[in-house]
Amino acid sequence: MKKGEDIEFIKEGKRVDGRGFDELRDIKIEVGVLKRADGSCYLELGNNKVIAAVYGPREMHPRHAQDAKMAVVKFRYNMAPFSVDDRKRPGPDRRSVEISKVSREAVEPVIIKEYYPKTAIEVYVEILQSDAGTRTAGINAASVALADAGIPMKDLVSSVAVGKVGGEVVLDLNAVEDNYGEADMPIAMIARRNVITALQMDGRMTKEEIEKGLKLAMNACHQIYELQRTALLKRYDSSEDRAA
Amino acid sequence: MGLEIMDDVRKDYVRNMIAEGSREDGRDFREYREISVERAIIENAEGSARVKIGTTDVLVGVKLEPGEPFPDTPGEGVIITNAELVPLASPEFESGPPNENSIQLARVVDRGIRGSEAINIEKLCIEEGEKVWIVFLDIHVLDNGGNLVDAAALGAIAALQNTRLPNERYNLTGDDTLLIEDTPVAVTMVEIDGNILLDPDYIEEKAATSRLTLISNADSTVSGIQKSGSDGMKEEVILEMLEIGIEKAGEIREKFLPA
Repeated sequence: MKKGEDIEFIKEGKRVDGRGFDELRDIKIEVGVLKRADGSCYLELGNNKVIAAVYGPREMHPRHAQDAKMAVVKFRYNMAPFSVDDRKRPGPDRRSVEISKVSREAVEPVIIKEYYPKTAIEVYVEILQSDAGTRTAGINAASVALADAGIPMKDLVSSVAVGKVGGEVVLDLNAVEDNYGEADMPIAMIARRNVITALQMDGRMTKEEIEKGLKLAMNACHQIYELQRTALLKRYDSSEDRAA
Repeated sequence: MGLEIMDDVRKDYVRNMIAEGSREDGRDFREYREISVERAIIENAEGSARVKIGTTDVLVGVKLEPGEPFPDTPGEGVIITNAELVPLASPEFESGPPNENSIQLARVVDRGIRGSEAINIEKLCIEEGEKVWIVFLDIHVLDNGGNLVDAAALGAIAALQNTRLPNERYNLTGDDTLLIEDTPVAVTMVEIDGNILLDPDYIEEKAATSRLTLISNADSTVSGIQKSGSDGMKEEVILEMLEIGIEKAGEIREKFLPA
């Protein structure tokens, strides 16, 4: 966190990439991009490129981990070795294990798990290219992929990070801001109900800054929700036969 | 299996009591169980602390050894935090590689220490680019009575406060104090049927579908937040928890972490 002291994060009210404080990076969402998975979604958030696949409900293995009352949700967040500057060693590390847990808990509240006791609903997120905010991009893609798989859901989950750079609370940090900024706070929420399903923070912020960040994130999640919804509608408006 | 059914029954019991305004052990909703902190109890460790919160019992040890810095931070020491949930502490814990719960525990404690900059890592440089102190913070859970995070975080900062640099062992000279510049304190809360409860015990933790840990510092800034659990939380609830958590951390700091 120290190295950033010489970076000018804010210049004439704009950020290093020219965005305003409350501006999202460009988001592109494409639904149903994979043939074998039950549901899938490709998503770009700025330079992040992620893809999510969903399987299930299907039989839960191992059987002793089944829940007699509801489906078990599994979530695996995985970074491709080439997704970052220094090659990432393949396989789960401590960071990705924690992100998988947090992401699973971010989408679980909208899944109607009681419909499918003893089964597993599995979400696989692959980060193909990373540019800060991969977990939020992954949660956004996962939420859409779950809907694409036809999993009964109460709503969609939308996610974005806020943080503090150059003394300002800003939305959707890019890589420079994330690496050298003062704080980072990823959030996931059910936008239409203002219910927060994931919240993490590291760095240092005051209570007032956190409150301000939450407000920024809420507005952005409403925007993201609309993009997710539009992408899903677009997929199912056209009557191409995807079973082929 | 038998255990799970007992837990279900107790969860219902606890939830019913909370709905009527009381807790199983008679505590107020905003009250911690009894906390105790013992310091410097493991002579072979460079620093140590044993924290009890009710029946929860956590031992944190600090070891230091010289090692290579990361290439992008040649003048800074390294902090490595690890947590072990050994079967001794709970019938639910299994031996083997760390799972998502132990990883989350370690990473949340680590984030609090790092975010607060409690350890001045620049002072841990022995020879720039060549040799720095690596601080190993190991969290050993002895008994899981619920709310491991708060106990582990308190144990971590208490252990760091009595940590000495093992200069002699590595033929180094100089001052052996590890300068601690802040005192991050974690406060964990759960929401059960619209009530905010501080310091959930084992069964309250199970009865709650989501919880929030808030780590705050001496100047009331926040240096770590982690929500966990399979249910969402209303924004108002989180804002209220933010307020409660910072205030409670202040009380704990004053009592157990003399500067």
